[in-house]
Amino acid sequence: MKVLRKFLDSQEKHFQKGGKLERLYPLFEATDTLLFSEGVVTRYASHVRDALDLKRTMTWVVIALIPCVIMALYNTGMQANTALAALGKTGAEGWRGAILSLLGMGVDPGGLIANMVHGALYFFPIYLVTVAVGGFWEVLFAVIRKHEINEGFFVTSLLFPLILPPSIPLWQVALGISFGVVFGKEVFGGVGMNIFNPALVARAFLFFAYPAQISGDKVWLAVDGVSRATPLAEMADSAMHLSASWMDAFLGFIPGSMGETSALACLIGAAILLVTGIASWRIMLSVVVGMTAVSLLFNVIGSDTNPMFAVSPLWHFVLGGFAFGTVFMATDPVSAAMTEPGKYIYGLLIGIMVILIRVVNPAFPEGMMLAILFGNLFAAIIDRIFINANIKRRLLRNV
Amino acid sequence: MFEHYLSLFIKSIFIENMALAFFLGMCTFLAVSKRVETATGLGIAVVVVQAITVPVNNLIYNHVLREGALAWAGLPDVNLTFLGLITYIGVIAAMVQILEMTLDKYVPALYNSLGIFLPLITVNCAILGGSLFMVERNYTFAESAVFGLGSGAGFALAIIGLAGIREKMKYSNVPAGLRGLGITFITAGLMAIAFMAFSGIQL
Repeated sequence: MKVLRKFLDSQEKHFQKGGKLERLYPLFEATDTLLFSEGVVTRYASHVRDALDLKRTMTWVVIALIPCVIMALYNTGMQANTALAALGKTGAEGWRGAILSLLGMGVDPGGLIANMVHGALYFFPIYLVTVAVGGFWEVLFAVIRKHEINEGFFVTSLLFPLILPPSIPLWQVALGISFGVVFGKEVFGGVGMNIFNPALVARAFLFFAYPAQISGDKVWLAVDGVSRATPLAEMADSAMHLSASWMDAFLGFIPGSMGETSALACLIGAAILLVTGIASWRIMLSVVVGMTAVSLLFNVIGSDTNPMFAVSPLWHFVLGGFAFGTVFMATDPVSAAMTEPGKYIYGLLIGIMVILIRVVNPAFPEGMMLAILFGNLFAAIIDRIFINANIKRRLLRNV
Repeated sequence: MFEHYLSLFIKSIFIENMALAFFLGMCTFLAVSKRVETATGLGIAVVVVQAITVPVNNLIYNHVLREGALAWAGLPDVNLTFLGLITYIGVIAAMVQILEMTLDKYVPALYNSLGIFLPLITVNCAILGGSLFMVERNYTFAESAVFGLGSGAGFALAIIGLAGIREKMKYSNVPAGLRGLGITFITAGLMAIAFMAFSGIQL
């Protein structure tokens, strides 16, 4: 450790004002604060003394995401291997097949390691492209605008691959994260100043620009030429039979976006976030309450033509991106409502919207992404209403 | 029957939002959204004007302008639809003037809080768009009243939402070249993506 510290200190002069690498100071600063705790402290008011700085917050979110990543690796591989086995093939095609056979692994859908490795061959290219392209924009803006590079990007770049289908072309990943980082975050000034969640902006951009790859009802399987309907689409179409059991959906063994299939992994992540106090329990709770209330209402109303009316809240909870969005996306402290009572309204709005989109809107089988963006849109105005009400109340008190 | 009007109302607020689905009334939408108070005042004014002018234009269209509508005056062959655009604008301008004078006389507080925004509405294309949609879709009188109210409310919702975001953006560090209108355009675009949630709903 000391050697590293000394090396960094010895290099620092090159990056300071007047040094030959002055322009790249944000890169140096980012490396330094990533490896060691921040050396500079605030000199003027206001000081906040708290162990929980931005870096630690973001690190906890990344830790909370690990169960989802593991499930993403396993389930992506398992879905691919199952599809290959169903086709009667003994090996995957292309470069992934070459690597798998080099490692001496087959495509056995029952094998833990085989599934993990096959899934990783899908997940990591997408993740690496996200980090490389998104990181490029991040560094570019930091260098030109002279602000610091921030740990927040680790979270965005980990969230984004988890909400993508494994079969997405890599150039679309690059395009999506570029849009998300530049127009979702950097034009507003970077971490902490954005209005919408950058990962969701990126996903929504891809969703509307390239609906063929990311439509949300078909494809989404990591084998060329094999498509399967997601359970949400199966539910919406009464002619199809549901192929997954509730337990499968809860544990995450269903086709879907890579990280969002497992409600269990999201619950583990939620537990970590709640125990550490990173995410707001008010938001999570009210999203679930809003979702349950509206889906029960639709259950009672019933419909002869739309089978989605009959889907119970328990199913809504485990299908699609609901659990993942509730835990990791809706609770994003920057784009969510800031006031405590406002968080209840914000969460309820998201919970109500997601069911409305899933049930009433035939164009989109999944609604979590748009529901959260919709919540982000009104977060500012919700906050304002509660802040003004509070100001009025306190004025009355001190007349 | 009631259900039909309710679904038309919801449709005109969310699914066919004037500002975020059709991008009508952009000049006012972008220019008067700096503060939530003024945006709310303008939103209310748009709701009132829209709820009055669309049904009034509906009456004029059905009883004067439409082909064969002048049969009651003994002129069954006359088709005045080419006068539509200028008539609607005239009606809107007149309505705004009457509304302005009435408010000035009876509710001076509201009149003063709306200020310049009331006359500005005359040239708001969301208002004219409301009347033109009414003609294009052959709304009945009752339907046009509901549509007028709903489309005005949708515009008000959008402009208040944008004003809230713009107030929050005071804490953002927007690049110098994008400050002001530039970032507002980007924000409006992102808002429109969020409103895409409603596109495709059949009511």
